[in-house]
Amino acid sequence: MSLALPRLTGRRRVLPGFGLSLGISLMFVSLVLLLPMTSLVGQLSGISLAEYWAIISDGRVVASYTVTIGAAALAALVNGAFGLLLAWVLVRYEFPGKRLLDALMDLPFALPTAVAGITLATLYASNGWMGRLLEPLGLQVAYTWVGIALAMAFTSIPFVVRTVQPVLEDLPQEVDEAALTLGASDATAFRRVILPHLWPALVTGTGLAFVRSLGEFGAIIFIAGNMPFETEITALMIFVKLQEYDYVGASAIASVVLMVSLALLLAINVWQGRFIKRLHGGRG
Amino acid sequence: MQRIGDAPAVRRGLIGAALVLSALFLLLPLVAIFAQAFTQGMGVFWANVSDHYTLRAIGLTLFITVLTIPVCLVFGVALAWLVTRFSFPGRRLLQTLIDIPFAVSPVVAGLIYLLLYGRNGWVGGWLDGHDIQLMFAWPGILMVTIFVTCPFVARELIPLMQAQGSREEEAAVTLGASGATIFRRVTLPNIRWALLYGVILTNARAVGEFGAVSVVSGAIRGQTNTLPLHLEQLYQDYNTVGAFASAALLALIALFTLAAKAGLEWRAARREA
Amino acid sequence: MFKPSWIRRGILAAALGSSVVVATPALAQERELLNSSYDIARELFSAINPDFIAYWEAEHGESVGVQQSHGGSSAQARAIMQGLRADVVTYNQVTDVQVLADAGLVAEEWQQALPNNASPYYSTTAFLVRKDNPKGIESWDDLVREDVRIVFPNPKTSGNGRYTYLAAWGFAEQAFDGDEEQIHDFMRTFLRNVAVFDTGGRGATTSFIERGLGDVLISFESEVNNIRGEYGSDDYEVIVPPVSILAEFPVAVVESNAQRNGTEDLARGYLDYLYSEEGQRTLAGFNYRVHHEAVVEEFAEQFPETELLRVEEVFGSWEQAMEAHFAGGALLDQLQRR
Repeated sequence: MSLALPRLTGRRRVLPGFGLSLGISLMFVSLVLLLPMTSLVGQLSGISLAEYWAIISDGRVVASYTVTIGAAALAALVNGAFGLLLAWVLVRYEFPGKRLLDALMDLPFALPTAVAGITLATLYASNGWMGRLLEPLGLQVAYTWVGIALAMAFTSIPFVVRTVQPVLEDLPQEVDEAALTLGASDATAFRRVILPHLWPALVTGTGLAFVRSLGEFGAIIFIAGNMPFETEITALMIFVKLQEYDYVGASAIASVVLMVSLALLLAINVWQGRFIKRLHGGRG
Repeated sequence: MQRIGDAPAVRRGLIGAALVLSALFLLLPLVAIFAQAFTQGMGVFWANVSDHYTLRAIGLTLFITVLTIPVCLVFGVALAWLVTRFSFPGRRLLQTLIDIPFAVSPVVAGLIYLLLYGRNGWVGGWLDGHDIQLMFAWPGILMVTIFVTCPFVARELIPLMQAQGSREEEAAVTLGASGATIFRRVTLPNIRWALLYGVILTNARAVGEFGAVSVVSGAIRGQTNTLPLHLEQLYQDYNTVGAFASAALLALIALFTLAAKAGLEWRAARREA
Repeated sequence: MFKPSWIRRGILAAALGSSVVVATPALAQERELLNSSYDIARELFSAINPDFIAYWEAEHGESVGVQQSHGGSSAQARAIMQGLRADVVTYNQVTDVQVLADAGLVAEEWQQALPNNASPYYSTTAFLVRKDNPKGIESWDDLVREDVRIVFPNPKTSGNGRYTYLAAWGFAEQAFDGDEEQIHDFMRTFLRNVAVFDTGGRGATTSFIERGLGDVLISFESEVNNIRGEYGSDDYEVIVPPVSILAEFPVAVVESNAQRNGTEDLARGYLDYLYSEEGQRTLAGFNYRVHHEAVVEEFAEQFPETELLRVEEVFGSWEQAMEAHFAGGALLDQLQRR
């Protein structure tokens, strides 16, 4: 299992290239990532903490947090299950069209988000191919909260599949055998033996999918309906502020999303490290 | 030998579920794009694709992508090498920092570049005085594209290189190999699929980026319009067929890169067998 | 070898090819004008530009080019402030030119520089309803009925949406004789009847036409007429309400950029051309109301008489309207609160 082999590599720096790779990385990180971020900080330094709070706790903005987080959570949960199923099928079984299915997994990454948005809206509107089927069942997708979750799920499904897949591939055959010789059923064996191994990858993938969903704009805006307090996402709030020349307001709301996302990513990184250590006792 | 979930019923059920769900969820949108693009026949599709402004947009998009990939490649490899082969203070922080582009909404990514390099920004003001224009010209589009795509290669490489460890490279050092040789002969063969996958993701995102580019592009028809921006304009102009023709082109580029990846993997698998 | 040489050759070829594509404008020696405009004017200026180029060539013997940039009017103005080198602006809201004037990029007296407040054409807000007008929508008070769903773009992100909001308000102010409480009730119901808030005018059109949402689409008169032409005049009807708002389309030269690009005479010539008989006829052809008398007479049937309220008269000034209604936490936000 690839994630289970952390190594304290190169303590003595046997390998060459430390200076070079450090130089390139630091230069790039400072120039491309950090320098532009200073402009965000610059915008925010102009206002007081109270003003900052007033912007980010405005009723409509808070409603957009609820919508965004709720939809992103639903999308991540659905993706967790769906992604696990896909990864399992792709790794464990041989069947016609498998290579095609595998390639299809990358589609949401490869497809520009605006294209995805327009297409999903076309499909799920009440006169679209899917909308026509779902509407009579009382399920309205486009222009509701469900549509937002759908667009989020579409754009972030590869995160789960592509994180779980390699781990599942590296899982040795003995794990299965051991479980089955003990007479466990498929379901029990999967839950008790396989799942613990997949857990870190699954959580990482789902977490990444969640973070990605928080910031997504292009794919969602076409299908969301954008009704105040109901189907407005936080990214739209930022966009609205930009349209009003309100750079400070945009920066303030953006900084909230940014901090939440970074905190989540850091938590995933740290948790992954901890988990691996716990799983392997002293070896880590 | 039996493995979990090998019973025919379970197998068929799971495969069936995966296929049906993927078809509905992933394949159907793809089909819809092409269906829309060809609603008025091949001729109209072709007229839309060979339109002067569409061709210019394709040219710009390819140009930006071709410049973005090598930059991301060098950075990704250097960073992955650094954080997986050496241990130093701030390693985990560096690893989280490269996730910033994932955490920043694309529109905000465009905004922060605009604020810095636009005429009112502190760098942009100086540049404007020297008559150098970055924003609303292709350099600006390139800069934000690099920003949003830079984590992909590194993110693909780091877990793999961490898992593989550095034993092989250390052995090569003992044998007196130079740094460049080690990288080319030992590291590269081990990471080439992850590298390739990273490049494919970079490529896909670079071709398709919309939010960040729309902020810094200026949307000058035929000059700073990338294909996704052009698509959006066509859509806005009630030219649904034209918009979906461009969408189909982008989807084709996406499918082509996915096919290239699958083909290379298949060739490598055959060679190893 | 990790990268077969054909990949490398392919990349090189692609790089060369695309750099040629990108570099070609630099080879063109002729003077070029960049017109920064609002979103839905792309077809309009695609039609006007070739005419202007021919006119300029005939008049001055010089071959020139005109480039177009379109987007949300406010975002376009912001791009110029941040360095987009547009020579002229043709917008759909006075405030967007005014911010450029405040920033010193456009002459302070720009509204006096050209006739009719520097607005060569104008329009108003009108309704597009489905065939035979099944809900019988004739004026603004029909839009607050229980059974009517409205589609228009978000006033927060779209100038078009702002005009709609202001027009409804203007109507309510007349109808209720300035009674604040009744106006607010009217507006609250009006906003609650919105089926979908797209970010721009064209998105709203898509929702109304392609997705079949709502009973009425509200947009510029020019735009609803163009939509009807585009999607079949049998399926939709245009209703111009008896009272509506005057929508001006201000134009100006971006002095600092024109100076820098050496295009001042060309830029002024371009804006003057919009006032010429030929230019006005093209504009009227796109369903904009114009000032040139001969053209007005020619197209008289196309534009029903209606009372047009001026933003300045109802709301004091554009600045006051923006401040009181559209700023963060202002009336629009309050009215939408549930």
